[in-house]
Amino acid sequence: MKSDIILAGVGGQGILSIATIIGYAAVESGLYLKQAEVHGMSQRGGDVQSNLRISDKEIHSDLIPEGSADLILSVEPMESLRYLPLLSKDGWLVTNSTPFINITNYPDQEKIDKAINDLPNKIYLNADQIAKDLFNARGMNMVIAGAASVFIDIPFAKMEEGIKVIFGKKGESVVEKNLNCLRAGREYSEKNR
Amino acid sequence: MENKKVLLLGDEAIAQGAIDAGISGIYAYPGTPSTEITLFVQNSKEAKEKNIHSMWSANEKTAVESALGMSYAGKRSMACMKHVGLNVAADAFVNSAITGANGGMLVVSADDPSMHSSQNEQDSRFFGKFAFIPILEPGNQQEAYDMVNYGYELSEKFSIPVLMRITTRLAHSRSGVTTGEKKEQNELKLPDNSKQFILLPSIARKQYKTLLEKQKDLLLESENSKYNQYIDGNNKEMGIIVCGLAYNYLMENYQNDCPYPIVKIGQYPIPKAKIKKLTEECKSILVLEDGMPLLEEELRGLLDKDVKVKGRISGEVPRDGELNPAIIRKAIGLELIEGTKIPEFVAARPPALCVGCGHIDSYKAMNEAIKDAYGDGHVFADIGCYTLGALPPFNAINTCVDMGASITMAKGAADAGLFPATAVIGDSTFIHSGMTGLLDAVIEKTNIVIFIFDNSTTAMTGQQDSHAFGRVKDICLGLGVAEEHLRIINPVPRMHKDFVKIIKEEIAYNGVSVIVPTRPCIHVFKKIRAKMGEKK
Repeated sequence: MKSDIILAGVGGQGILSIATIIGYAAVESGLYLKQAEVHGMSQRGGDVQSNLRISDKEIHSDLIPEGSADLILSVEPMESLRYLPLLSKDGWLVTNSTPFINITNYPDQEKIDKAINDLPNKIYLNADQIAKDLFNARGMNMVIAGAASVFIDIPFAKMEEGIKVIFGKKGESVVEKNLNCLRAGREYSEKNR
Repeated sequence: MENKKVLLLGDEAIAQGAIDAGISGIYAYPGTPSTEITLFVQNSKEAKEKNIHSMWSANEKTAVESALGMSYAGKRSMACMKHVGLNVAADAFVNSAITGANGGMLVVSADDPSMHSSQNEQDSRFFGKFAFIPILEPGNQQEAYDMVNYGYELSEKFSIPVLMRITTRLAHSRSGVTTGEKKEQNELKLPDNSKQFILLPSIARKQYKTLLEKQKDLLLESENSKYNQYIDGNNKEMGIIVCGLAYNYLMENYQNDCPYPIVKIGQYPIPKAKIKKLTEECKSILVLEDGMPLLEEELRGLLDKDVKVKGRISGEVPRDGELNPAIIRKAIGLELIEGTKIPEFVAARPPALCVGCGHIDSYKAMNEAIKDAYGDGHVFADIGCYTLGALPPFNAINTCVDMGASITMAKGAADAGLFPATAVIGDSTFIHSGMTGLLDAVIEKTNIVIFIFDNSTTAMTGQQDSHAFGRVKDICLGLGVAEEHLRIINPVPRMHKDFVKIIKEEIAYNGVSVIVPTRPCIHVFKKIRAKMGEKK
């Protein structure tokens, strides 16, 4: 088993919480893990990515080699495209469709939609809307984590457990809301893959 | 926690390694990618119980000096910094090799090849070599943990500080680490040689000879170190020398099945005998090192004679930038795997000041009072979030060189006749290296306007406490700034007109003016608000 995942987004959108949940599930499943993060200046509203590698064998590189990622998991549509050179030919791209526009030259939404829809393996969902419908506007990243979970070979129950551990301090209702988002994301992928 | 596997960043593995190796104190100034080492110790319950010192230092020089003082007293100490921080600490660092250590002392320098968050990509190994200090270069998180304890043993065995060099990728990547034995802290014990730490020329000359004599023992130690390995391979067409984490990228491409012999290096001085064996056996040598071509240069020598060395200098590996699996794949001659191209319309998304940041209001006022009135080219800035003022829509600053260079460069330009000459520096950077430059200007009554952006924190690296907190005004007055030209203002939109007026008044004053826009970083403000909410 090997799952090389690129997590993508804009600084402050919460990709590291996704990495934490998947990471927790991987370690609890007895797998090896390496996760390269971005700290420092780029966290200030710039493009950020994290390389998350999970395997049942020892992992060498902290970085995912070009053309070999199994999954791009992105919380922002344009950002999902930035890492295409890393995606393997049969890899999947799972991305939120709600743009985060903090630059003046953000491309036309139509161009982005087309580029994503033209890919053979993609899940393109409005995670912001799904989270809002579940009364958890801040749960967008958990929707994406859920949508991606279909493509990661670790028991889904372990990811649910991860949410309980990580959000446990914030109380029962926060845990429940995030679990709902995670499950809704997963359901979307199962229907649309 | 003993012998348990835990998920740690490379930085955190070093911190846990230091706690377990029995350090009595860690000294540091925040700097990406080194910050999380000290943060981890600050947040460790265990470190608190053991009373391990972990407060931030004013800068890297004070950090290394304090660590050296702790070593003098017989205890184990650590000083951490980013690579350019080692420039600041260089005086103390280089001389600490000559005094030697008493209690074990480790200096950790985190390099940033590809400049993810830095002004340059200098390689700290050159500093180690320059100072005759042994270097450890871990290749993964486990080695980072293990090498800390080994480093302290090495330091105490040879009475010399040890440099640990890591790079961004290891510092900020997480992996499982098995922790080991926990050591007690050393007892307080003065150096056996009471003159060891007095570098008067007559003593320093002796100490320096001792340092030079130690080198052959350090080389022997390095030759026999488990961190320097000769790994045989059948194909002698090429031999590969691989330093630190470059080994991982090599193995990524060969999956534990490299046909070529390898010398894997994690400890310096460079293990000569192993390299000699490799060069004698193999037709050519490929050198893979993250950072500058230190080893490659040594192998080539000045004359590039009988060259069979491939690497950054000859172009098989790019001359600058961080290594990755693809770069190494190309260098070893394997076919590249290509993914899909990035669509052309994907735009760059550079970092930016946060929405609601006080620096935005400060730059708006400064642009109106300075750039609109006198044209571009009058603002000398510094290192911090406010460096982002160089980007659109502000285009408000003209320099960013090193910590503290804003005030001193503005002074030099004013001395040359530039008017107005202004400086922008953050509160934490002002403490780090700005105060001395301000004193220079005050003494000479230089005609400059200095802006100290006081946001109550060291924001860029993740809001660490700043020694400046609540002290900026007193420090300026203490250094001799005239009270009527020390102007404090709250940088919010409704104060914009007042702010512009103040700047114009101070530009008109012929002497040192200090304007302090004071408003907490929005992230700090959020934390304070959250804390107050909890109390309610």
